[in-house]
Amino acid sequence: MLAYTIKRFFMMIVTILIISTLTFILMHSIPGSPFNEERTTNETIQANLEKFYKLDEPLPVQYLYYLKSIVTFDFGPSIKKPNETVNELLARGFPISFELGMTTILVAVISGILLGTFAALRHNGFIDYFAMTFAVVGISVPNFVLATLLIQKLAVDYNIFPPATWSSPMHMVLPVLALATGPMAIIARLTRSSMLEVLTQDYIRMAKAKGLSPFRIVARHALRNALMPVVTIMGTMLAGILTGTFVIEKIFAIPGMGKYFVESINNRDYPVIMGTTVFYSTFLVFMLFVVDIVYGLLDPRIKLHKKAGDA
Amino acid sequence: MTKNHESTTVSPNQIPDEWFRKKDKDLIEAEAVVRPSLSYWKDAWRRLKQNKLAMTGLIFLVILALLAIFGPVFSPHEVDGMDLPNQNQPPSAEHLFGTDEMGRDVFTRTWYGARISLFVALAAALIDFFIGIIYGGISGYKGGRADGIMMRVIEVLYGLPHLLVVILLLVVMGPSLTTIIIALTITGWVGMARIVRGQVLQIKNYEFVTASKSFGAKTPRIIRKNLLPNTMGPIIVQMTLTVPSAIFAEAFLSFLGLGIQAPFASWGVMANDALPVILSGHWWRLFFPAFFISFTMFAFNVLGDGLQDALDPKLRG
Amino acid sequence: MNEHQLDLAKEIEKEKRDELSRMKKQSQSVPSYKTKKQKMISEEVILEVDNLHVQFSTFGGSVHAVRGVSFNLRKGETLAIVGESGCGKSVTSNAIMGLIPQPPGRISEGRVMFKNQELTKMTKKQMRKVQGVDISMIFQDPMTALNPTLTIGEQLTEGVRTHTNASKSEAKEKALDMLRLVGIPNPQERLKQYPHQFSGGMRQRIVIAMALICEPELLIADEPTTALDVTIQAQILELFEEIQQKTGVSIVLITHDLGVVAKIADRIAVMYAGKIIELGTKREIFYTPQHPYTQGLLKSVPRLDLLEEELQPIEGTPPDLFSPPTGCPFTARCPFAMEVCEHIHPATTVKSLTHQVDCWLQDERAQAFRNELKV
Repeated sequence: MLAYTIKRFFMMIVTILIISTLTFILMHSIPGSPFNEERTTNETIQANLEKFYKLDEPLPVQYLYYLKSIVTFDFGPSIKKPNETVNELLARGFPISFELGMTTILVAVISGILLGTFAALRHNGFIDYFAMTFAVVGISVPNFVLATLLIQKLAVDYNIFPPATWSSPMHMVLPVLALATGPMAIIARLTRSSMLEVLTQDYIRMAKAKGLSPFRIVARHALRNALMPVVTIMGTMLAGILTGTFVIEKIFAIPGMGKYFVESINNRDYPVIMGTTVFYSTFLVFMLFVVDIVYGLLDPRIKLHKKAGDA
Repeated sequence: MTKNHESTTVSPNQIPDEWFRKKDKDLIEAEAVVRPSLSYWKDAWRRLKQNKLAMTGLIFLVILALLAIFGPVFSPHEVDGMDLPNQNQPPSAEHLFGTDEMGRDVFTRTWYGARISLFVALAAALIDFFIGIIYGGISGYKGGRADGIMMRVIEVLYGLPHLLVVILLLVVMGPSLTTIIIALTITGWVGMARIVRGQVLQIKNYEFVTASKSFGAKTPRIIRKNLLPNTMGPIIVQMTLTVPSAIFAEAFLSFLGLGIQAPFASWGVMANDALPVILSGHWWRLFFPAFFISFTMFAFNVLGDGLQDALDPKLRG
Repeated sequence: MNEHQLDLAKEIEKEKRDELSRMKKQSQSVPSYKTKKQKMISEEVILEVDNLHVQFSTFGGSVHAVRGVSFNLRKGETLAIVGESGCGKSVTSNAIMGLIPQPPGRISEGRVMFKNQELTKMTKKQMRKVQGVDISMIFQDPMTALNPTLTIGEQLTEGVRTHTNASKSEAKEKALDMLRLVGIPNPQERLKQYPHQFSGGMRQRIVIAMALICEPELLIADEPTTALDVTIQAQILELFEEIQQKTGVSIVLITHDLGVVAKIADRIAVMYAGKIIELGTKREIFYTPQHPYTQGLLKSVPRLDLLEEELQPIEGTPPDLFSPPTGCPFTARCPFAMEVCEHIHPATTVKSLTHQVDCWLQDERAQAFRNELKV
């Protein structure tokens, strides 16, 4: 397990380094300086930026300073928002985005697993057909389409939920629903198919032959094995949800990091784009690392240390 | 099962004595069920046809392609023909899908949007396919150390958050048809390369490949009859499933302001433009592009699922 | 001969068969007998399967997998059910165990009696009190019969914990006893390990321990040695004999391997196309097989003592159970097939108190044909 963890950790560092370097190269490949006068509004910021990124130094030196800024998590000032640094924006926006993302994941994982499990247990029954219809529709309807649909129907037409912002649990319902449906559909489909496969395994028949209750068989013997494939896609799923927050926050006017990020793209506010990309990438790669470790914990076969007397 | 046999008259409570003689074997063998053997592709097509959902998807896509090509021809309106007095008109006989805030015909723009969205998606899928075939093919064929290094590269690239990289690329390169395709393929080929490599490794181990090497002459036939059916399945399915994710990515980028610029409009751009007016009740502005994005993704998804089932030789039954 | 006559003829045959089975029932209590190893088999019948029919509905129609199987099993006895794959032997064992998935499966007729309880009438909940407690099952492949994500200890103790009030430590003690019984060294340490840390033979020993932990009276072993190496096979078979001697458990052994049968079975039932076509003691089946299929099976087994003789495989394949033949299902492959075989299923002929066979060759009217064959 330790060797496995170390290997994964090393790969995580390499991935973060590659993303950071890529960001650096891309930002410096923009003709002229990314921070030249026509883009900035303020002389002071311009000076601050030049100082922060050491734009007068040669590129390798700039790169080292840049790496240092990543390690210390200091991304410098914003161009468009005077007197604000990228760090301040992140500190203000990320907690909200994080809340949205985590709620979404919880909703998607729990309901997706439940739906998929029940569909498999009632194979070819009503729940199964319902779940699979829901899944294929859920995968096909993009979250931004669903979001506008939900606003139109549940907020405007029936006035059940507030249409925008992020101030109470009621405000969270629509954005979370819009963002969670896709991942939920994917999880439900995956859980169903892997559950169906697991249920035909001999160890499930063995558990039945032991006279265990159906609940115990599903909860203890089937679910854990059936969820292995679900854990493996959690990483990509997280990435999808996190980038999904950009659009959802824009549509629902939620003051999260996504909103600032979209603004920064439209304004070509490079420090914010750079900072957010690197920050989010690091976060995601770290989450991937966590997912891998969790997988290793769930599946005893991955443990690399072997006890004496093993066959 | 009672076959016609010579009708003998015997008393009903007795089995005829001649039944206790050796049986004529020919009669029995005639019962063997003969199953017509179909070629792989015909068989796959037969199974695909049985899948109603997949066929619905396929038919929808054919109609969509035809409309994308010929739709604008039937429309009297230009794609960027502005008609400011008639802005934001609901659907009518004149404007089937209504008009937008510039008075442009949404019907005409939808089919132009289809061209762009489908072109972006298909181009991305095709380029992924070629890069994937080359990279995955070399990696799988060479094996050994080269394969090890190439797979490490893939492993690292696979861990990158794709959409973030695409956003970064587009910010730098500036959004256009070409740059969107480039950005999508830079991240997209990895998945295809993995699958191709897996398939190549599998082929290498098949005994009939070893056998074909010793025969030499029959190789093209072996490739067609044995290799393609066993390896093209997953690759075709992967391509089919790349398309909806590319359509999604393109629409998503439009929402971030990184979509294709006027006068052309992809579905994503049209949907994004409609957002500010959705609350004023101009539903058709969002409905039509959103509907076509969703339904096209749906069609490709169910077609991909159907192909997966139809092309898997192991499920052949 | 028209349809009507054929029907009548069949009806008469059926009546005859019913009468025979009534007679068989009367002489049910076969006297106890001694086996080679001086094992005493009591007269107490613990399992009785009576005219069992199992059907599966599939997209292509209904498959009649088991078509009227009857047999009984006494305490301490080992009955082997032998047959090719797809002959319904595993379905029979699953039906006894209450493991037929419903739907698509269904016990359409007949009953299974276990010590005066009718298993086929039980609800799933009642059945769970029998499963693993009174009747246990061992599966073919020990590689897949153990859950890869739970430790051996967890899997061993959960049966005890479910069915008795045993505490955690009591269950653990029991598990250790079982591991010792099946010959696993270092049981204390092994309890904490996962299945992938054991070899195939070891895993099958654990599966057996798991099946025995609640001290069942009946053990159903579905191809318990098929997936194992030959050397391991012998060890596992010895383990079965040893356990039977120690615990007096009755065993139903499902197998296609006559070698396994020769080693540990007391009686043998030969199944073909969902029916038992011949049933007898090991001696009877091996030395005086009556059914051409049984004879064919024996000829297709490699034997070291008959080096001269060539192996003779049975040509052809078993019939399609989507539409089972009305007559004897073996007709198409039988070297001695007669006209009657194709149309009417043969009645059961009782050769001895322990030996019975379903074959038209036993009929007196086939005397002429039998004489012909002997020439």
